[in-house]
Amino acid sequence: MYILIVGGGKVGSNLTSTLMHMGHEVTLIEGDRERYALLEERFEHVVRPGDATELFVLERAGIERADLVVAVTGDDEDNIIVCQVAKEKYGVPKVIARVNDPRNQVHFDMVGITLTVSATATILALIEHELPQHELVTLIDLKRENLEIVEFAIGAASPAAGKFVRELNLPSRSRLISVTRDGRAEIAIGDTQLAPGDLVMAILEPDVEDELKTQLMPV
Amino acid sequence: MKLLIVGCGRVGSAIATNMAADGHDVTVIDEDGEALQRLPESWPGRFIQGHGLDTEVLVEGGIETADAVVVSTDGDNTNIVIAQVARTRFGCPCVVTRVLDPGRAAFYAAQGLQTVCPTSGAIDVVTQAICATPGRVA
Repeated sequence: MYILIVGGGKVGSNLTSTLMHMGHEVTLIEGDRERYALLEERFEHVVRPGDATELFVLERAGIERADLVVAVTGDDEDNIIVCQVAKEKYGVPKVIARVNDPRNQVHFDMVGITLTVSATATILALIEHELPQHELVTLIDLKRENLEIVEFAIGAASPAAGKFVRELNLPSRSRLISVTRDGRAEIAIGDTQLAPGDLVMAILEPDVEDELKTQLMPV
Repeated sequence: MKLLIVGCGRVGSAIATNMAADGHDVTVIDEDGEALQRLPESWPGRFIQGHGLDTEVLVEGGIETADAVVVSTDGDNTNIVIAQVARTRFGCPCVVTRVLDPGRAAFYAAQGLQTVCPTSGAIDVVTQAICATPGRVA
């Protein structure tokens, strides 16, 4: 494959060396002269200087025969223009763009750049996946009765997702009260099936909270 | 007419001043608050400090109801993206964009954007001036 990489920062330069090791033909375009000088020591003829949003720079880098263009500069407008021109003017079959400011994602979508990578969005997705944000929230603490009413969300990874309430091995000193789905609440009965995204209310004795969590929340 | 001007440099501020003097409802957006100095002291329109790619800023500037949008920041790529946002997302009936690079101006004009390229204009004028002279008559 012939791959054109625009932007020789950490992402662009590491992509270049990795793709070269994989046996691809790569050209890296860098607009900053000082940065270019550094890259040239490392990549020699593989790196070219110039503003890749100038059409002649792309043409001299052989964009007409590129199989893939990857725009990873620190400027979202530049990344959009490089990808749009590559696709629409030069018919490059695949383009990949880096989104620096997540608020600009809509602009990439608008011009039809479907393959985008955003560090912020990726890290957010990891946080949502890795951190148990679906904590038990205490709604009412009935201290005198030694009871509490809690609410929690059923996540996609919850062992209870997809199960009927009667199948759950809940602690004996706890009961599910209600299940709210799409804003509508229903009393939880044995035939209620739990689905990811459900908000569940339960009443329990405080000391079985951990036991309840292990039944309903991912480990 | 309701007019939105993104980028208050020499071009943007002059258009804003002329159109406001003609009685049009003009809003100007610029990243730099100092750009307001380019407008007349008795500026009758609105001035919003913010980035032209920030959707909230554009909406605050009235892009949803503007009859015409002029995009004249100092960045060609920024201008081209803002112009496409104005046309595609907000359906503005008239979007005029300043693009200094003749190559990109021609390509995006072919894509349906109304681009103005001062560089091409300068090239034409200079070329014509040279061609029109008989040269030194011996």
